[in-house]
Amino acid sequence: MTGLSVVDLHAAHGRSPVLHGIDLTVPDGALACVLGPSGCGKSTLLRVLAGFHPAAAGQVVLHGRVLDDGRSRLAAERRGIGLVPQDGALFPHLSVAANIGFGLPRSQRRARVEELLELVGLPGLGERRPHQLSGGQQQRVALARALAPRPRLLLLDEPFAALDAALRAELRREVASTLRQAGTTAVLVTHDQDEALSFADTIAVLRDGRIAQSGSPDELYHRPADAAVAGVLGEANLIPAEAGGVDARTAFGVLPLATPASGSALALLRPAQLRLTATPVAGAVPAKVLGSDFRGHDHRVELRPEAVDLPDGLIASADRPWPVGGEAYVSAVGPVHVLPEA
Amino acid sequence: MTFPRDPLRAKGPSPLRRWRATGLLAPVAVAVVAVVASPLGFVIAQAAQAGWGQTRRLLGRPLIATLLGHTLGLAAAVTLATAVLGFGAAYLVERTTIPGRRAWTVALALPLAVPEFVRGYSWVSLFRSVHGYWGAVLVMTCSLYPLVFLPVAAALRHGDAAAEEVSRSLGHGRLATLWRVTLPLTRPALAGGVLLVSLYLLGEYGAFAMLRYTTFATAVFTQYKLGFDAASASLLTLVLVGLALLLVALEAWAGRRARITRHGALARPAVPVRLGGWTLPALVALATLVGVSLGVPLYALAYWLVKGSSTTLPSASVLGATLATLGYALGAALVATVCAIPVALYGWRRGTRPARAVERIAYLTRALPGIAVALSVVFFAVRWAQPLYQQPPMLILGYVLLFFPLALTAVRAALAQVPPGVEEAARSLGTRPLAVLGRVTLPLVLPGLGAAVAMVGLTASTELTATLLLRPTGTQTLATQFWVYTSGLAYGAAAPYAALMVALSVPSVLLLTRRSLGSTR
Repeated sequence: MTGLSVVDLHAAHGRSPVLHGIDLTVPDGALACVLGPSGCGKSTLLRVLAGFHPAAAGQVVLHGRVLDDGRSRLAAERRGIGLVPQDGALFPHLSVAANIGFGLPRSQRRARVEELLELVGLPGLGERRPHQLSGGQQQRVALARALAPRPRLLLLDEPFAALDAALRAELRREVASTLRQAGTTAVLVTHDQDEALSFADTIAVLRDGRIAQSGSPDELYHRPADAAVAGVLGEANLIPAEAGGVDARTAFGVLPLATPASGSALALLRPAQLRLTATPVAGAVPAKVLGSDFRGHDHRVELRPEAVDLPDGLIASADRPWPVGGEAYVSAVGPVHVLPEA
Repeated sequence: MTFPRDPLRAKGPSPLRRWRATGLLAPVAVAVVAVVASPLGFVIAQAAQAGWGQTRRLLGRPLIATLLGHTLGLAAAVTLATAVLGFGAAYLVERTTIPGRRAWTVALALPLAVPEFVRGYSWVSLFRSVHGYWGAVLVMTCSLYPLVFLPVAAALRHGDAAAEEVSRSLGHGRLATLWRVTLPLTRPALAGGVLLVSLYLLGEYGAFAMLRYTTFATAVFTQYKLGFDAASASLLTLVLVGLALLLVALEAWAGRRARITRHGALARPAVPVRLGGWTLPALVALATLVGVSLGVPLYALAYWLVKGSSTTLPSASVLGATLATLGYALGAALVATVCAIPVALYGWRRGTRPARAVERIAYLTRALPGIAVALSVVFFAVRWAQPLYQQPPMLILGYVLLFFPLALTAVRAALAQVPPGVEEAARSLGTRPLAVLGRVTLPLVLPGLGAAVAMVGLTASTELTATLLLRPTGTQTLATQFWVYTSGLAYGAAAPYAALMVALSVPSVLLLTRRSLGSTR
C-alpha cells in the first residue's frame, strides 16, 4: 500500500520557484531518503510535507488523504506527521518526559513515555532537562517525541548533522532499526551520501528542485541514470566505452556489462573497481600518481593516465600508499554500468 | 492511533480552516504598528491646517535658522564627544588589562540612571556658570556617552578576535589594527549608539530649558504652552521629525556597509592588551569620566538633600507623586509589552518582506521626539476624544507610544532565546497554533517579558516632557513635581524627587547593561 505519494509538486519562495514537479512515492513502512546538495530544495520539500510551506501546485497524499493540492492545505497540526529537526528543537522549559509526552493526551502520557524512553535507550532519564543531555541523547529524545503520537509519517531533517562522525554512524543505525521496529514510514533528508546509502530502503536524488533518479541504494550506486547522479552517490570514474550487447570496449580492454547496452557510452568505474599494480598486466594502462591520501580503511589514489581516450584524472582505492610522482599500472574489474554520453 | 481522525476528504480542508491556519497574527501586528506610527500622521495633519502661506511665513522666519543652527551645532559636538568617550571607555574596559573591568563597566553605564533634566539641575544648582551651548554640551555628553559605550563594548566583547589576530599576523601593529580592523568592525554598534544620542538630543526638553539653551524641542514646547499656537508648534515639530528621520536613514546607510559575519558561540574572546605603564593614566581617565558624569550629580543630590532637610519636607506629596508615577508607568509598561508581543512574534516567525516592513516601521517610531508624540496625543484628544483630554488614559497612551520600541526590543530579545523550530515541532505533534503559544512560546519568553515590563516602567517613571503636556489635571508625578520646584528655584525641595527618580532608574540601567553585554564573560 502506498504510504506517501507526491505528484508533480511545485513550490516557491516568494516569486522564485524552488521545486519544479517532484514525483515521489514512499511505500508504507519504508525508510526513504531525499539526497541532494544544499540549496537543491530538499528542506523546502520537507516543509511542504510537514505543512509549514504551501505547495504552489501538485498533490501531497498520505494514506489516501490529500494534505495539500496547491489550493487548500491541511494545517500542520492535523496531519499526523512527526518531525525531527536538525538540532532536535526540544522544548527547553520542559523535562525529557514532558517533551516526549507533549503530543499525547494526558491519560496516555505516563505509560507511553516510559515505553518510548525504553525504545530510544534512555530509560530513567525522564526527569532530566534538555540542556543536561548530550547532543546524541537530545536527538534520541527528539525522535521519541516525534514517535510518541504514532505518526503516519516521520520526517527527519538532517537529524545527525550536528553530531561527530562516530556517534553519527551509531545513532543512524540505531534510529533506522528503531523505525523498522516501530514500522514507521519515514523520509530522511540529507546531503551526506553515506547516510543515505546506509539508512534508506529507497533514495531519491534531488537536483535543482527535481528528482533526478529514485531507487534502491544498490541501484543508485551501481546503476545511476546519469553522470551527476553517479557523482552524488560517491566518487566515480567515467570513461568512454563502446558497448556491444553484453560487453563494452574501453581503454582497459573489454569489460562485461552489468546490463545489456549498445552504442557509444560512458562506463562507470567506482574507485574500488580500479586495481593498481607496479608492473604491467594485461589491459593495464600506465599512469602517473598525483596524490595518495590515507583514509583509514584504504588509500585514495589520484592518477593521471597516459592514454588519450581516458579522462585526465582517475581515482582508485588501494590497500597501500603509492609514492606521489611515481608510476602505476591501472586495470579495471567488471562488470561495468554504462551511462548515455552527456 | 492517537491522532484525531478526520473523515477522509479528497478535496482537502475547508476555506474556513485554511483561514484559521494562517492566523490573526498579521492583522493584529499591523493594527498595533498603525496605532504606534499614528503620531506622525497627526503631526502632518495638524501642520497641514496651517496652510501654504502661513507655512512659508513660519518656516522663513529667522527663528528657524537659529534653531537649526543651535540644534545641529549641539548635535555635532555631543555626538563627536560621546563617540570618542564611549569608544575609548569600551576599548579600555573590554580589550585591555585595566584592573576592575566589571566594576568599571557598571560605573560607566550608570550615568544613564540620571535623567538629563536632573543632571542639568545638579550642574545649574551647583555652578552658576554652567549654561548655554557649552553647558548643554557638557551635560548632554555626560548623560549620553553610555549609549555609545554599551553597544560598542558589546560588539568588542562578542566580536571574533580572529580578524584582529590575522591583522597582527600580517604585520600591522596594535594601533594600525585598532584603526583598520577593530574600529570598522564596531562601526555598526558605534553608528547605532551615535544615532540614539542624536535622537535623544533632538527630543530633549527639560535639560535645555534648565540650561537656557533653545533647540527645536524647547521652541515647540514654548510655542505650544505659552502661545497655544498649535499650527506653528506642529510645523516646528514636523521639521524636528524630518531631522530625526534623516538621522535614521544616515544610520541605516552607515550600518549597512559593515556587517559582522561571525559572532556568538563561534567567536573567541580577544587576548587583552597589556597596559603596563599606561595603567595609571587609563585609570585616571576613567575615574575622571565617572567622576564628572556620576559623581557630580550624586554630590549635588546629597548636598541638596542635606540642605533641603533643614526646611520641612512635604513627605506626603513625595509619597503621592511616587505612587502616581509608578501607577502610570506600570500601566503603560503592561500595555506596551502586551502590544509588542504580536508585532515581535510576527517579525520573528516570518522573515517575509511585509513582516520586516511592519517591524521596521515600529522601530522607526523611536525617532519621533517625545514632544512630537505628546503633541499628537493632545491633538488627537482635543479633536476626536475631547472627554479624554487630560485624563489618565491619554497619559498612558502617550507613554505606550513613546516606549513601544523599547518594549519591542525587549520582547524580541526574549524571543531570540527561543530555539528555532520548537513551534513547528509542537505543531507537528498535533497542537493548534494558539495552544502552541500558551504551552511553548509564552512560557519560554516569560522572564524576558518581565524584563520588558520593568524596562518600560522604569523608563517611563522618569519621563518629563510628555508628562508635562499629558498629565491629568491635578496629578503630579515625580518628574513634574520636581519640575515645579526647580522652576521656582527651590532646589532643596526638588532634591528628594530627583533622588527617587535616579534610584528608580538604576535597576533598568543594570538590566540594560546585562542585556547588552551578557551576564558574565
